[in-house]
Amino acid sequence: MPKIEVNTERCKGCERCNDACPQQIIGMSDQLNNKGYKYAVVFDRPRCIGCRICAIICPDVAIEVYVEGTQYELFQY
Amino acid sequence: MKKIFASTEALVDRPTHYCPGCTHGVIHRIVAESIEELGLRERTVGIAPVGCAVLAYEYFNCDMFEASHGRAPAVATGAKRSRPDLILFTYQGDGDLASIGMGEIIHAANRGEKITVIFVNNAVYGMTGGQMAPTTMPGQYTTTSPYGRDVKDVGYPVRMAEIVATLTTPGFVARVSLHNPKETIRAKEIIKRAFAYQAAGTCFTFVECLSTCPTNWGLSPREAEKWLEEKMVPYYPLGVKKRPEDFQEEQHGAS
Amino acid sequence: MAKVLMKGNEAIGEAAIRAGCVHFFGYPITPQSEVPEYLSKRLPEVGGKYVQAESEVAASNMIYGSAGVGIRVLTTSSSPGISLMAEGLSYIAACSLPVVVVNIMRAGPGLGGILPAQGDYLQAVKGTGHGDFQLVVLAPASVQEAVNLVILAFELAEKYLTPVMVIGDGMIGQMMEPVEFPIEGVGPPLDPGDWALNGARGRDKRIINSLHLDPEYCNKINMDLKAKYDRIKKNEQRWELYNCEKPYDLLVCAFGMMSRICKTAIDELAQAGYRVGLFRPISVWPFPYATCKQAMQKAKRVLVLEMNMGQMVEDIQLAGQGTREIDFFGTAGGKVFSPDESKEKMLYSLKQAGAGKSRAGVSQPSSKSEGKPKKKKAAKTAGPAKKRKAR
Ligand SMILES: Cc1ncc(C[n+]2csc(CCOP(=O)(O)OP(=O)(O)O)c2C)c(N)n1
Ligand code: SF4
Ligand code: SF4
Ligand code: SF4
Repeated sequence: MPKIEVNTERCKGCERCNDACPQQIIGMSDQLNNKGYKYAVVFDRPRCIGCRICAIICPDVAIEVYVEGTQYELFQY
Repeated sequence: MKKIFASTEALVDRPTHYCPGCTHGVIHRIVAESIEELGLRERTVGIAPVGCAVLAYEYFNCDMFEASHGRAPAVATGAKRSRPDLILFTYQGDGDLASIGMGEIIHAANRGEKITVIFVNNAVYGMTGGQMAPTTMPGQYTTTSPYGRDVKDVGYPVRMAEIVATLTTPGFVARVSLHNPKETIRAKEIIKRAFAYQAAGTCFTFVECLSTCPTNWGLSPREAEKWLEEKMVPYYPLGVKKRPEDFQEEQHGAS
Repeated sequence: MAKVLMKGNEAIGEAAIRAGCVHFFGYPITPQSEVPEYLSKRLPEVGGKYVQAESEVAASNMIYGSAGVGIRVLTTSSSPGISLMAEGLSYIAACSLPVVVVNIMRAGPGLGGILPAQGDYLQAVKGTGHGDFQLVVLAPASVQEAVNLVILAFELAEKYLTPVMVIGDGMIGQMMEPVEFPIEGVGPPLDPGDWALNGARGRDKRIINSLHLDPEYCNKINMDLKAKYDRIKKNEQRWELYNCEKPYDLLVCAFGMMSRICKTAIDELAQAGYRVGLFRPISVWPFPYATCKQAMQKAKRVLVLEMNMGQMVEDIQLAGQGTREIDFFGTAGGKVFSPDESKEKMLYSLKQAGAGKSRAGVSQPSSKSEGKPKKKKAAKTAGPAKKRKAR
């Protein structure tokens, strides 16, 4: 099952990933990180398809993507 | 678990100073990924002239120059002509490249310098506080066009990719945008291709990247993406403008 | 090695090649255009690279890029072009990169004229560009010396990692003289040491920059530069004293070609029994203040002749610290003092100093200065330019 990991201290809370995720499973935290930003959180992890889109559009390299088993390459990047 | 997306070795592992949602960060990562994937990092020298990206020398994990306003293509020329084995890229803003550095970019392109120019067009001078740039959209409010850009007074925005593409010297010239995932993926493909041409010693390469400046546009990152798509993309058409493959030797000679 | 007859500008180009510099970035401007012309032909022959920049602004940034990747590099220009290079030179100095720049000075200000002048002295030694930086500046007085100083310029640039400028007036660039090159063939390439951006292979990345937003650190960079300039001041002063072994009444100070004209005048005056010495700074920065002062102390009076409206005279005043009266005569616009005119000025100053001939019965050098102008006033107005006194 794919998953993403958000580096909460790198995240600047721009919400780009929220909009970009085709599964619409990313939202923002209630807490603030040390820089004072809300950070991205996945609220429905099992639905992640590991498409990498959130990571690709993140301006702050705050997202890493992992898969277990088979990875479907939906597009070349 | 297998990691299928992480930062690249060509980027230093440190937070950037860019504003939230500013697509400078995405362009940095794409440039770094391209360098890394093509195996060029250890012979790449980047050049960051003044602008919001002047501190890019802190972020790219390769040898880096900082340069004066607009002159990066000249610095790159000096470096590349002296050490043709190096891979040279410049990372320039629109005030930098399309205003003060107009002479340097046109002549580097026309000499066919084997360098890669990453031109970040965000329609304003970002670093100095959102003043009007040559690329500012008609009617756009900036700190020095408080009534909106008046094209009767200051002319229309310059389309750099098209201008550079008119030169006879072979080159690879394209315009990409970072406002959505699809265009971002396309941008990666184009930028990587530009570096590949340089690595093969093919030609001058130029990629104009439409980029957001939420801070100086006075918009949220989400609104900024929408503004870019609706206002900038129609005026600045995306796509490849010139390819080295299309070059045909012209038969004009003086001797 | 045999002497060859060469035009100054071409000799300068060849000297660079002998010093191992095979990369040139520049822009045509009279009276230095023969340097790029010569190098555009020669550099491909020796496996080097000639690039005609789109402007001097670009040229100064190209040499920044070239030096930054660890390559020995030259640019040349003339006065208006040097003004445009101010930007690049400030960055180069700030980043401690070795480059050599030659300025074959022409008449100014503005577009001025294409004839020789020395009007860029202050620009070269005191105010080339923005910020606290300094060029090492060498001023040759012959084509042979231009060759030697271009070679020395590369040595100093690399020893101290700093930009070095050679200033010659248009005459040096344009005249032909026999020259001998002290180096055969093409010198070895520059050792890029631990600073050049030659690719982060098996080492940490390097950065060449002059942006230092932290005031503490920016201050430190300035202090480091100052320490370097102090070392240069201590070690690299060069000058020539002519006719100074014997006692003299008047010390003439001149640099570059003007000094050569002065020598002719001094010789002729010596024939006539006048005792005149010459002090010529070769490194106009670092200026040899101490030597200059010593030489001034031995004279009754000092005369400064320049092909400008009074620039080096400021350094002579600094050196003399008010201990000697200083006369200044300048000419500009490409009008050069002839030996006779120079002699006239020297006789004026000798008269002011109350110094006569040391021997009797020698013929007077020129009819004009032979007359006895009534004290200071008459002679003052005879001077074509202004006259300065030490504070
Ligand atoms: C010679 C000179 N003039 C002006 C400046 C001030 N300056 C610094 S950045 C900048 C604007 C940069 O804007 P742009 O190139 O659009 O880059 P952005 O900040 O938008 O990324 C200006 C005018 C300077 N550093 N040097
Ligand atoms: S795109 Fe990146 S920086 Fe923006 S909210 Fe998502 S994780 Fe945070
Ligand atoms: S990898 Fe794809 S599906 Fe998973 S969170 Fe990111 S954008 Fe959404
Ligand atoms: S000012 Fe604009 S261009 Fe500069 S970092 Fe902020 S958003 Fe980006």
